[in-house]
Amino acid sequence: MTAVQLERPTTSRRGDAVFKALATAAAVLILVALAGVAVFLTLEGMPALQAEPGALGGKDNIVLYVWPLVFGTLLAAFLAILMAAPLSIGLALVISHYAPRRLAKPIGYLIDLLAAVPSVVYGLWGIEFLGPRLGTSYGWLEDNLGFLPFFEGPASGSGRTILTASVVLAVMALPIITAICREIFSQTPTLHQEAALALGATRWEMIRMTVFPYGRSGMISAVMLGLGRALGETMAVAMVLSATGVVTFNLISSVNPSTIAANIALGFPEASGIKVNVLIFSGLVLFLITFVVNFLGRLIAARGQIKEGR
Amino acid sequence: MAKSIDVSNLDIYYGDFKAVEDVSMTIRARSVTAFIGPSGCGKSTFLRSLNRMHEVIPGARVEGKVVVEGQDLYGDQVDPVEVRRQIGMVFQRPNPFPTMSIYENVLAGNRLNAKKMKKSEADDIVERSLKGANLWNEVKDRLGKPGMGLSGGQQQRLCIARAIAVEPQVLLMDEPCSALDPISTSAIEDLIHELKSDYTIVIVTHNMQQAARVSDETGFFNLKAAGQPGHLVEFNSTQKMFANPDNESTEAYISGRFG
Repeated sequence: MTAVQLERPTTSRRGDAVFKALATAAAVLILVALAGVAVFLTLEGMPALQAEPGALGGKDNIVLYVWPLVFGTLLAAFLAILMAAPLSIGLALVISHYAPRRLAKPIGYLIDLLAAVPSVVYGLWGIEFLGPRLGTSYGWLEDNLGFLPFFEGPASGSGRTILTASVVLAVMALPIITAICREIFSQTPTLHQEAALALGATRWEMIRMTVFPYGRSGMISAVMLGLGRALGETMAVAMVLSATGVVTFNLISSVNPSTIAANIALGFPEASGIKVNVLIFSGLVLFLITFVVNFLGRLIAARGQIKEGR
Repeated sequence: MAKSIDVSNLDIYYGDFKAVEDVSMTIRARSVTAFIGPSGCGKSTFLRSLNRMHEVIPGARVEGKVVVEGQDLYGDQVDPVEVRRQIGMVFQRPNPFPTMSIYENVLAGNRLNAKKMKKSEADDIVERSLKGANLWNEVKDRLGKPGMGLSGGQQQRLCIARAIAVEPQVLLMDEPCSALDPISTSAIEDLIHELKSDYTIVIVTHNMQQAARVSDETGFFNLKAAGQPGHLVEFNSTQKMFANPDNESTEAYISGRFG
């Protein structure tokens, strides 16, 4: 009988070590980059706390300066997700469960293609095409729903309002939410879907009983990623929105809050000295908002995780 | 509520592929009918055609007739969803809904049928169904716990409870014990014996001893050759099938001298 070989085969172990080192390095690099950004934003943003009204567009202090921007950012992103999330989930369901396979694939590709369009192009489309067309419907909204604070008016004819910007953002967030939801939905175990169908569930009932509970955390992650995209989007908003830096829930007038990202993009070319610090400080605020949004998303997603017994 | 099923000249197709050819049989009410045969011979497909579950796969269709107590399952006016509410099914692997408690799992089918249910009514259904599935004593103190926390055999009995909670006319079982240990298997087999008095049961099994133990009648499916559709070779009382079958290949399969 020959002795069993127990010595380590050196080559494969070296491969393991190299791979482990590479993977660890990649993980550390991400953390370092993130920490670097945070440190830079904090250090460069701090001087803005002492900024004079002259550097703050006439506002008394940095909080008053940043607050309308934060408001605009959140409002635009929230409206965008309000529109994009149901639409994306519906689209993802059509692709994964309703459309015949011959149709589902091309629809999926088309949606993915939306993600490939540069944001400048979306901006142009928003100004030239979407804005004027929505502008006419804003007049109708003002006339018929003007009693709601959102549609108080006066309606902007050019349509370069926060609502238009939100629609553009919604279209931009759509592909990412749809793609993730589609994947999640199509991974619902056949076993559970059949269980529901065998009980006499219609397709929609089956989806509510199995697909949604199973995909809940994935759907939340998808929406959070879409929200991240909407929060950080710069170019399209900078182009579409006619911003005046007010805080208002009026969605259809030509007086609109700006967003942090768009404000930085528009203000940076002419900024110098303390004004740069002010913009960087607003960037820090955006960084924190996205961080918190992502963190909350993870938290909710983790809580909704299904225990996949055996 | 138990009903008999008449199948005549049934062909089942997946797209262009003919999976099952020319099956005719009568499944008696309040009895257990078992289907045996090698893998891929179409017995599961045939079982699924009895409550139109095979239609879940795109391109699946049937030719021929399946009549349950005078009602043609494949008539023009018949809604497959309605069919499945009448003809329950238990699957190979236990599949309780992972997000639902034991209590809610049992009621899942009832909730689909009737939106509003009184609490006392719901409690009754849960207790009756779980007792019917021989699971009540094991879970009565933890009805609010997730169904996924049970053992495999208990999960399968939970699925049976869920299927009988809607009081179906027929209960189809697709290899219900193949993922279970011998103790759980024996529990399910005992249960099948008890359920027989109320339901028409059709069971697919790979385990010939199981077919011999639980069924009153047995159908043997086989393939003529690889790539050919499956067909019903022999359908007879279980006693006769296992003692002295009419067909030679049935005897060969049952005695293990197959192929």
